[in-house]
Amino acid sequence: MGGLQIPLEHVLLLAATLFSCGLMGLMLRRNIIFMLMSLEVMLNAAALAFVAAGARWQQADGQIIFLLILSVAAAEVAVGLGLVLQIQRRFKTLDMDQVNRLRG
Amino acid sequence: MTTLWLIPLFPLLSATLLVLSAGRMPRQLAALLGAGSVGLSAICVALVARTYLADGQVQELTLWTWMAVDNFTPRIAFYIDGLTVVMMSVITGVGFLIHLYSIEFLWDDESFCRYFAYMNLFVAAMLLLVMADNLLLLYLGWEGVGACSYLLVGFWYRDPDNGAAARKAFVVTRVGDTAMFLGLLLLYTELGTLDIQPLMAAANSQWQVGDTLPILATALLLGGAVGKSAQLPLHTWLPDAMAGPTPVSALIHAATMVTAGVYLIARNYELFLLAPPTLAAVAWIGLATLLLAGFTALAQHDIKRILAYSTISQIGYMFLALGVGAFASGIFHLMTHAFFKALLFLAAGAVIHCLHHEHNIFRMGGLRRRLPVVFWSFLIGSAALAALPFTSGFYSKDAILLSAWTLPGIGPWLWAGGLLGALLTGIYSFRLVFIVFFGEAHTEPDQQPGWRMSGALIVLCVLSLVGGWFALPLAGVLPDKDHAHVSHAVEFISIGTPLLGLLIAYLLFLGRQVSIASLAESPWGKALQDFWYSGWRIDKLYDALLVQPFKCLAHWWRNEPVDLFYNALVALSRWAHGRLITLQTGELRWYATSLVFGLVLLLAIMLRNAS
Amino acid sequence: MMESLFYIAALVALVATVAALTRSNAAHALIYLIVSLLAVAVLFFLMGAPFAAALEILIYAGAIMVLFVFVIMMLNLGETGDIRERQWLRPRNWIVPGVMAALLLLELLLALRHAPTLTSGVAVAPKDVGLALFGPYVLAVEIASMLLLAGLVGAYHLGRRFIVRREGRSN
Repeated sequence: MGGLQIPLEHVLLLAATLFSCGLMGLMLRRNIIFMLMSLEVMLNAAALAFVAAGARWQQADGQIIFLLILSVAAAEVAVGLGLVLQIQRRFKTLDMDQVNRLRG
Repeated sequence: MTTLWLIPLFPLLSATLLVLSAGRMPRQLAALLGAGSVGLSAICVALVARTYLADGQVQELTLWTWMAVDNFTPRIAFYIDGLTVVMMSVITGVGFLIHLYSIEFLWDDESFCRYFAYMNLFVAAMLLLVMADNLLLLYLGWEGVGACSYLLVGFWYRDPDNGAAARKAFVVTRVGDTAMFLGLLLLYTELGTLDIQPLMAAANSQWQVGDTLPILATALLLGGAVGKSAQLPLHTWLPDAMAGPTPVSALIHAATMVTAGVYLIARNYELFLLAPPTLAAVAWIGLATLLLAGFTALAQHDIKRILAYSTISQIGYMFLALGVGAFASGIFHLMTHAFFKALLFLAAGAVIHCLHHEHNIFRMGGLRRRLPVVFWSFLIGSAALAALPFTSGFYSKDAILLSAWTLPGIGPWLWAGGLLGALLTGIYSFRLVFIVFFGEAHTEPDQQPGWRMSGALIVLCVLSLVGGWFALPLAGVLPDKDHAHVSHAVEFISIGTPLLGLLIAYLLFLGRQVSIASLAESPWGKALQDFWYSGWRIDKLYDALLVQPFKCLAHWWRNEPVDLFYNALVALSRWAHGRLITLQTGELRWYATSLVFGLVLLLAIMLRNAS
Repeated sequence: MMESLFYIAALVALVATVAALTRSNAAHALIYLIVSLLAVAVLFFLMGAPFAAALEILIYAGAIMVLFVFVIMMLNLGETGDIRERQWLRPRNWIVPGVMAALLLLELLLALRHAPTLTSGVAVAPKDVGLALFGPYVLAVEIASMLLLAGLVGAYHLGRRFIVRREGRSN
């Protein structure tokens, strides 16, 4: 089965835009859940760039890296959400501006 | 021959036992050990001396090798010639008498055992000093007597002043000792040995008269001698060292230890002969010291300080003798001085002992009839000190003065200076006699000296009188000046000067023909008296020149200027920490934003480089 | 026709992502995010990576997002959370993140300016991926399994203490 022939630039442009959006979300949101979502978006954008590169060179490596990113994302979300629960319990808030006990 | 090693062993053993007893030994036993060990040594010395006088053979004894480092193998070895025999006899003979005297003098002292331990240790170290075959062993004895001097000056350590005097004695002599040690290092580096006889041979074969190296080496040795023998400019410790018990002053600070410098120069005389400038320096130092000390002694109040300054002055004569090349005369004066100065100190000690520790001569007076034995002892001692005819001091001092006269060039000047010193000696010694023993009584003695004190005094009296007739076995060991052909006028002047001094002292202090009070009250007289009383303000000079700058420096260093740099580093990092800590807000978004900012910046740099 | 499908999916992904990150309600945002992920899965498929597309749907949109849903349900933020989120999203707060993100995007675009090239248009079959995965990349698989194990242990630990404390049996 064949695929589409798409200008690689466009895919990478999309990936960059998605990544920037995720980054902006990370900087903008104060709620830890939204921050985690932003991280997912960023990881996903990176994965998109890898898959696009794999499609350009017709190699399996892009998809393999995608798999690795997937496992990183899964692990991160599992631990991150566990932390979210802990934060909610201890600080009774998800506002990361108030959870700043590590300040110098 | 085999008894040689016993000589220093007896006092050393006794000192060890006394130290180990920790003061719990009964007084009788401690006295027996302390005086007896020195007595036994004296007997051994007498045996050795008899052998030497009989055959004139140098005796040598090697006990063991001290240490062996490459070629450097100093031995524990003794070398006995005429000079050593004289020194050993003085040390053990006078030492024994002083120990005997000390038993009575310090009977009531709580630290009786400690006193004898120190004294015996001192005698052992002093014997080691004079018997040593090499300069390193000599140096061991040298430092040993220095340590004992420190311990004994500070014997009554509960008074902080005594501790200060002991420290002063130790530190000032340490200055000279350092110079001497440098001298030893120089000699070893240049000549490759420290054994005295091979050293002399090597010096004679490798160096010419007037070379730089022997001058430097002898100057460094002279530094040590000047420190130990309390000569200008390192003499300031000796008057303060009178803080110790009087027998200590007699033994260490009059008869033996302070003459170690004279011994050192005499022992290495061949080296000094290679360095005429140093020898001249020895003579001038001796002259300057004897005059300065003589003037100072005129104005003192404390009986022991007067004697201390007279000791400095008399050692000045010995240096003068060494400097003009009359080594044997110097050693002769050393011996006679040991007799009469020990006698004077012991007599002064008896006065002090009988007058409840009174030191001020103006609170004494009229003791002639109350303490007859002491009076006659003191009189004989003073006569010998002033070199009145036919006393022991007369012969030795006369020999020195005539030797100075015969020296071409500077000789007459040295002679004239020495003569002035002799005049001064006559004045101050009889000033002491007249003030203390004549006139009105100010303090009544409450006891008479016992048989040990009196016995020691009487023996020393005899020695002071007849000591001048001893023929020292120094011929062939030390060179001397021939002064047989000096004109009679010079001899008469030499003889007459002390008598003139005696006359002046009589007029000033006893005859009341000239009012000493009016002299002292005049502005000039008062200023001069203050100046002399303070020892020519030399202590103040050293204080201003050395002590105060040192204290200043110490004070300055106490603020740790080197640490300023490190403290600045600490302050800087603290400050930077204070600034940087504000970045650590603990806010996740702030961190994310900073991260992005850095990312943007890095990318910008990369893009700029790529384009 | 197929190209336009690609661009439509890309547009959907972008819009859904922006929406997801700007919603005040977490559940709504999550739905948008899932839409975005599904759109990306379509992109994968169109680019010839059917295996990746399947995993994107199964694991990303399925498993991971379900985790989010569970947590949001557990926290039960409710109406007050929405109001607070809306307060935090005032325009003033957008300036710095917006500028930063825009700068980064600009720089990325500058970096991507060159190399105008097309994708191959040939699909990489799951079989090839599997062969590569258990061939040269077997070590990476092991490392990934380790990572997942660590995540598992961490998540279990954090979650367990949470439950225990809730019941008041500790501390």
